[in-house]
Amino acid sequence: MIYFDDVSKEFRDGSSGLRNVTLSISPKEFISVVGHSGAGKTTLIKMLLAEDKPTSGSVFYQSVDIHSLPRNALHHYRRKIGTVFQDFRLIPNKTAYENIAFAMEAAGRDDDEIASDVPYILELVDLKDKAAHFPHQLSGGEQQRVAIGRAIINQPDVIVADEPTGNLDPLNTYDVIEILKKINQLGTTVIITTHNKGVVDAMGKRVVTMEKGRVIRDDPNGSYIL
Amino acid sequence: MGGSKNFLRGGAVSFATVLIMTVTLSILSFLIFVSALLTHTLTSIQDKVDINVYFVTTANEEDIFALRDQIQLLPEVASVVYTSRDDAFLSFQERHKDDQLTLQALEELGENPLGASLAVKAKTPEQYESIVNFLGKDGGEYAQSEQGGIIDRVNYYQNKTVIERLTKAIRATERTGIIVMILFSIASIIISFATVRLAIYTSKDEIGVMRLVGANNMYIRGPFIITGVIAGIVAGIITLILFYPASWYASTQIKSWLDGFNVFNYYLKSFPLFFVSIIGAGIVLGAVSSYFAVRKYLKV
Repeated sequence: MIYFDDVSKEFRDGSSGLRNVTLSISPKEFISVVGHSGAGKTTLIKMLLAEDKPTSGSVFYQSVDIHSLPRNALHHYRRKIGTVFQDFRLIPNKTAYENIAFAMEAAGRDDDEIASDVPYILELVDLKDKAAHFPHQLSGGEQQRVAIGRAIINQPDVIVADEPTGNLDPLNTYDVIEILKKINQLGTTVIITTHNKGVVDAMGKRVVTMEKGRVIRDDPNGSYIL
Repeated sequence: MGGSKNFLRGGAVSFATVLIMTVTLSILSFLIFVSALLTHTLTSIQDKVDINVYFVTTANEEDIFALRDQIQLLPEVASVVYTSRDDAFLSFQERHKDDQLTLQALEELGENPLGASLAVKAKTPEQYESIVNFLGKDGGEYAQSEQGGIIDRVNYYQNKTVIERLTKAIRATERTGIIVMILFSIASIIISFATVRLAIYTSKDEIGVMRLVGANNMYIRGPFIITGVIAGIVAGIITLILFYPASWYASTQIKSWLDGFNVFNYYLKSFPLFFVSIIGAGIVLGAVSSYFAVRKYLKV
């Protein structure tokens, strides 16, 4: 489904973000990408999201080199991938409902579909009674659940979560991970980057370990070893 | 809908954008006034140009009228005004009514020393040369009497140099003024663009989210362009409102300097021009600034 083919990324200051990364991700997988700060986890995600271009190598999504897509086709590609960030990235002047609906509006869905799907998603992330709340009125965990709701509303093939529990307490961390597990069980590929050993070990799923831009270990049922 | 909501929710950022754009549009309005004033001044100067043909005191009216009739037939001529010897004398006395010495000298002469004259106006300043050529040194065949030439002098050449220099000075001032105003306008436009860019910078996270959820460029740009247009229209309306009392005040304070040019009347008379120009400029400024300001955040 996703294939990193010998991808390297060198920044303008000469530092390396990625070095000869070759990685294959199958449909319905749950992958944790772990490593110290600066290991290249976020750079890997940016390559997948076409937020940045590799210096060499290619990233394939369903056999299509995503960096050869014309600029006016990138938005179609990005609709196939839901993203969740450590800092939530909600729009502060939109309610929880509007933040999730926004993703559907951007994808050109009509009002009837939005009115039908958004309440369902809010229920899925257990925020039905907080639909009219603005982000500043929600806790960190609740904001992250809104972000997850926004990520899944367009039924993407892949969810990419960059340190989704980084700003959360253990209780909220558990809730968020449970939601991601549920989403994966429903058939969506989930890729998370994380420092949280407990999360990785509890998942018991594939673990890709990175260090200094390289993939140094790839355990199908691995635990967090650094 | 999104654009207008963004404008209203923008608060201080929207206010600052409108303020800067109002300054830019005010400078453009001022450019229109300056251009109109310089054109008025130039026309006024050119209106003062004419040819005065002075006749000898012995010329009789029949001969003068014959010459006048021929001059009037010239296609270049706009008007010809005859001043008789008596009218010239009375006019001279009126001009020097406070100058007793001159009046006394005139009285001692015992007779009218002044000849009749014709004041000839051309349709355009460039046509005076050909009228003068028609008159020739002695007025040509039309300016002859049994006693010889009836033309004493033609004063065009005395005034010509002064008027040409004045015209050049006015035109140079016009060009310089317009260049200065254009430079000011460009500077103001750049500042407006920077302000719009700053306003959009505050939304860069929102733009980032829009990109990540798969919004296309037009969907992202659209609301910001609309916000820019709304800011431009609001700034244009404020400018038009401000210039109403400003032009009235200017007309009361400086009308004596402007050789009959009434700033306030010009503003009222030309309001449709101002409206279209200022509102149009505001819309273009807002839309173009927003288009280029968002572009930065849409690049991979």
